[in-house]
Amino acid sequence: MSLNLSDDRAVIIVPRKRRNVELFLVLFAAAIGLAAYTIVSYNVTGEIPTVLPWVAGIWVGMPVVVHAVIRWRLPYADPVLLPCAVFLNGLGLAMIHRIDLINSPPTHGATQQLLWTGIGVVLVIAVIVVIRDHRPLQRFTYTLGLAGLVLLLLPLIPGLGVEIGGARIWIRAFGLSFQPAEVAKVLLAIAFASYMVEKRDVLALAGPRFLGIDLPRARDLGPILCVWLLSLAILVLQNDLGTSLLFFGLFVMMLYVATERPGWAVLGTLMFAAGAAFGYLNFGHVRVRVGAWLHPFTNYDEYGQIISAQFGFAWGGLLGRGLGEGRPGLTPLARSDFISAAIGEELGITGLFAVIMVYALIVERGLRTALACREAFGKLLSAGLAFAFALQVFAIIGGVTRLLPLTGLTTPFMSQGGSSMIANWVVIGLLLLISHQVRKPIATTVDLEASPAGRDTRSASAETTELIRRPA
Amino acid sequence: MSEITLTIVKVLFLALLWLFIASIVSVIRSDLFGKAVPNRAGQQLNEPAAPARRTRRQRGRPRRVAITNGSQSGQSADLVGETGENAVVMIGRGSDCALILDDDYVSTRHARVVLGEAGPYIEDLGSTNGTYVNGQRITAPTSLTLADTVRIGKTLIKLET
Repeated sequence: MSLNLSDDRAVIIVPRKRRNVELFLVLFAAAIGLAAYTIVSYNVTGEIPTVLPWVAGIWVGMPVVVHAVIRWRLPYADPVLLPCAVFLNGLGLAMIHRIDLINSPPTHGATQQLLWTGIGVVLVIAVIVVIRDHRPLQRFTYTLGLAGLVLLLLPLIPGLGVEIGGARIWIRAFGLSFQPAEVAKVLLAIAFASYMVEKRDVLALAGPRFLGIDLPRARDLGPILCVWLLSLAILVLQNDLGTSLLFFGLFVMMLYVATERPGWAVLGTLMFAAGAAFGYLNFGHVRVRVGAWLHPFTNYDEYGQIISAQFGFAWGGLLGRGLGEGRPGLTPLARSDFISAAIGEELGITGLFAVIMVYALIVERGLRTALACREAFGKLLSAGLAFAFALQVFAIIGGVTRLLPLTGLTTPFMSQGGSSMIANWVVIGLLLLISHQVRKPIATTVDLEASPAGRDTRSASAETTELIRRPA
Repeated sequence: MSEITLTIVKVLFLALLWLFIASIVSVIRSDLFGKAVPNRAGQQLNEPAAPARRTRRQRGRPRRVAITNGSQSGQSADLVGETGENAVVMIGRGSDCALILDDDYVSTRHARVVLGEAGPYIEDLGSTNGTYVNGQRITAPTSLTLADTVRIGKTLIKLET
């Protein structure tokens, strides 16, 4: 928050609420999603869908309700977060609808996804109305941490966990499949943040110095070793590279932010490299991923998916084929893991970069909130959530574009899957909460001793109004 | 749809995507600088829309404990809960305190302010560096008025209405 407190006569800068701007941007983002849906339907089937008014009503209605709740409860929250999420969600829905239409008869992935979006929206409202302030979350360090770990390991329970495509990261109950790691991501970010706020003094103590970097003391290595072993366990037992990378990365980054010691980041990177090398040597699926990254065109049968995605990008070119005019259905899993390849094919690199840009804007707002935050827990939490978001987008889009070996993470707000959708909406809800606390003006009232006639000179409104004033 | 309309729709849609990004960036840009308000003494910076509920409150009754100096200036904790019951404001460095002080001279649970029957009082909770009311170190629960200044570590705290 930029508050000019140095001079009484100077102007004071108060953050604006910007709620009308948010409403405008939300409607703009919703309109883009709706336009994408209409263009897709028209280009594929040749007619405007008859359900368009219903879709429009539901699709525009949901974010407007969230906006109204923000106006009511968090008037100073960041105005950009919600429109960005709506933008990504809308494009993702349109793209899933586009892939639905390839099948005959069309599948109903987009309808399902819209339902999950609705649940996500309800959860955001719940976060805003029920939690209201992020600071009390600090009390539940170990409860949330334990809940997160249990969720992470839930797919290993026989009978409950199911294995899809070699990775055992889903659970199936009541006919619905769910990826608990996505929810665990949010819980563990909160738990890590409050743990490090408590322990950062100890963790920042310098140990042996090696190559100009202060390494932490050996006795403080416990937590990082635990999380490292846990992420290795996920890699070994659940065969999932992405989740393991996400958790370890989140933990190491938060350690670095909490202690300001590069030693932790260096150590974490080395440990991750060791874990990755171990995975490469011992697991066939890791070798397949690395092979598809380095030399995909040597083996079409094994690396077909990634080759198909590369052809999609090439076919899309600069401006794309146009919505509904490409053939994204040729890539397996085009609606979930490879949705960015579908975007790249139909909207071209111009469209894919627009999407990446919006992800970057969400991350930027999260980090900005962390910078402006005046208490340690909120700072760490928003930095951690923003970083996890960035890491996830980087890992999956980097994987699809062959910048990195492919990891099976979801593309936030876009890929099909309910757990990812609701978890990311909750992340947006938490960032909104923190940004409201950060951006609202500091509350103080008039100094009684300073006003000569004492209490009587104060107007009734001054008593109930929060004033900004120069500190003593 | 003909080839040419297809291309026009395609390019227009991409332009729309980037227009959205441009408008977000312009919002962020204006947000960096906030709204400038001339600071004259006693001027209200918020809109004075005082809800009817708040005007019914008794005037002059302490409702908040607030920090008045340093980087945490302005942070406060409510002495009166949402439903009107009297709350206890714990002050210290610990995360369970209502008023968390970022001050090396403050104990984890340093002191507490209680709104009792006869008005607010402050009680030291066996802190290392003590609690001072108007410069005097307190040894027993001490009643507070709006004019008293409490010093805990390097932090000054006052009651506010």
